[in-house]
Amino acid sequence: MFKSSPRPQPIRSVLRAPWSAAARRDSLFLAAGVPLGLPCLLALSDPKNLWFLIPLSVVGSDLLTTAQRSRLHALRGVSVPGRLPAGAGWSARIKAGFTWRQVAHHLVAAPLHAVLAAVALSLWGAGLLMASVYAWAWLIPFGGPFRAGPGWSTTDLWITLTGLLVLALLPWLLDGLARAEIRTASALLGPNRADLLARRVEDLAESRAGVVDAADAERRRIERDLHDGAQQRLVSLAMNLGLARRVLHDIPPEAMQVIVEAHQEAQAAIEELRDLVRGLHPVVLEDRGLDAALSGIAARSPVPVRLTVDLPHRVAPTVEAVAYFTVSEALTNAAKHAKASRVDLTLRQTADRLHITITDDGVGGADASRGSGLHGLRQRAASVDGTFTLTSPRGGPTTITMELPCEL
Amino acid sequence: MRAVIAEDSVLLRVGLVKVLETVGFEVPAAVGDAETLLAAVEEHRPQVVVVDVRMPPGFTDEGVRAALMIRRQWPEVAVLLLSQFVEERYAADLLSTNTSGVGYLLKQRVANVDDFVDALQRVADGGTALDPEVVAQLLLRKDNDPLRRLTPREREVLTLMAEGRSNTAIAEALVISDSAVAKHINSIFTKLDLPPADATHRRVLAVLRYLEVSP
Repeated sequence: MFKSSPRPQPIRSVLRAPWSAAARRDSLFLAAGVPLGLPCLLALSDPKNLWFLIPLSVVGSDLLTTAQRSRLHALRGVSVPGRLPAGAGWSARIKAGFTWRQVAHHLVAAPLHAVLAAVALSLWGAGLLMASVYAWAWLIPFGGPFRAGPGWSTTDLWITLTGLLVLALLPWLLDGLARAEIRTASALLGPNRADLLARRVEDLAESRAGVVDAADAERRRIERDLHDGAQQRLVSLAMNLGLARRVLHDIPPEAMQVIVEAHQEAQAAIEELRDLVRGLHPVVLEDRGLDAALSGIAARSPVPVRLTVDLPHRVAPTVEAVAYFTVSEALTNAAKHAKASRVDLTLRQTADRLHITITDDGVGGADASRGSGLHGLRQRAASVDGTFTLTSPRGGPTTITMELPCEL
Repeated sequence: MRAVIAEDSVLLRVGLVKVLETVGFEVPAAVGDAETLLAAVEEHRPQVVVVDVRMPPGFTDEGVRAALMIRRQWPEVAVLLLSQFVEERYAADLLSTNTSGVGYLLKQRVANVDDFVDALQRVADGGTALDPEVVAQLLLRKDNDPLRRLTPREREVLTLMAEGRSNTAIAEALVISDSAVAKHINSIFTKLDLPPADATHRRVLAVLRYLEVSP
């Protein structure tokens, strides 16, 4: 019995290629490009037309660009992003050099592509015609330059084979043309590399600000929950225990001892929770701003602090948080490591920057590359695009200066 | 003595009522927001009002504003503010009109019933009770030259004075004799160029005047 073996894949794909969806799509795509390129081509064919053609294409380039964009998007799924926001003024367009690249595309690249596409599409017709020569050759009258006499000549066989070859190769040609066109269009109609990078930087800055804000908001939420929930309950519990201590007189001393201890424990827990909450995001910072929050930590600092705050208005909440935690950490450092006897803390606001200076008269020798705390401060400042500088010669004094943007 | 309580946390409100009634106060009203507080004060005319700083609807400084209104409208009513955190501006606002019958404590202080009742009693009697943290912040801002002339011990005494404590209380806190306290205070007044005075709250007034909290 004859057993059919599967045909090799390459031959099958070559045979199918001309009728594949990709080939049809590319043909349609290139065909749609021809009318968009031809007007310029025809106008260019006569040098006399140039004097009105260039101004016209400058004015009409937007329309042509829109048409090209929708063709690219509808038929090849390529979206070429606009380089400028919709509705940007003329001066912005000219400054950006965008109009000139558009015009270059419509005057040079598009007509060129139109010609190539027209040739390629004619090849479609030629291929079909040649491949089917046996079907219609009888229509050609004898004696002309195309047909000498009746019967099937061997030339017809060659013609048929050439036609089939053209049809087989066409899809690759069409695909190549389409790709070339897409590349030129993306380059000339879309944003260039600098634009793309600029846009990327913008996107990144925005998403980073979003992440920082989200983390900050989360801290605030946890802080509120602790403050309004757990802390109130603890205070209430401690108050009841304190009350019990006060009013219960006729109970065994052991029981009173237990109550006293519980009361002390509850008060210690309140203190601990308070410190914890303070480390998250103090309510006072949110409600009353940096000035109030900083005077709070300055008052609690074991090292005397001279605080000078000159802030005409409040800055972004996230920036406030960065400033607060930096000062808090710096004061802790000054007390713990620097053996300082006093700290000068200054906050100043210029147009769009917040300047923070923290100076102590301690032993100095702090190194941001060694201490993880100082490194953390640098990172905090960097998270909002701020700067952090530390000068701390051995023997002191240590000065930390920070500059943060007021708005993110 | 009659006291009205304004505190939005039900737990704390109930607790405060219990504490106050236990130590002999009469609590005709315990409310949860500033507006009801003003109505309650109008109706009951208590000797003292205990007010939480953060209350509905805004949860910012409704309590302080209500307290200031009470001070203006009914000067004979003493006010004790309770706050989650120290905000010296609240204290400054409150003390700027009159320092008698005024108190400002961190909320957590109510956990220590004896201290809290002591402070409340002081305020109700027309005295002053400031939280140590409030005093620390007020002193911080006014860390100017005359204060540097004080010895560390005198600073400690000044801080306790500013909290509204009596000589005896200061003597107890610092474990020194009453006469030593009196000596320190005289020395402070001399160094700060202040005329000595007898009544406890007037000493605080003098201190706060010096600290430029009140006009």
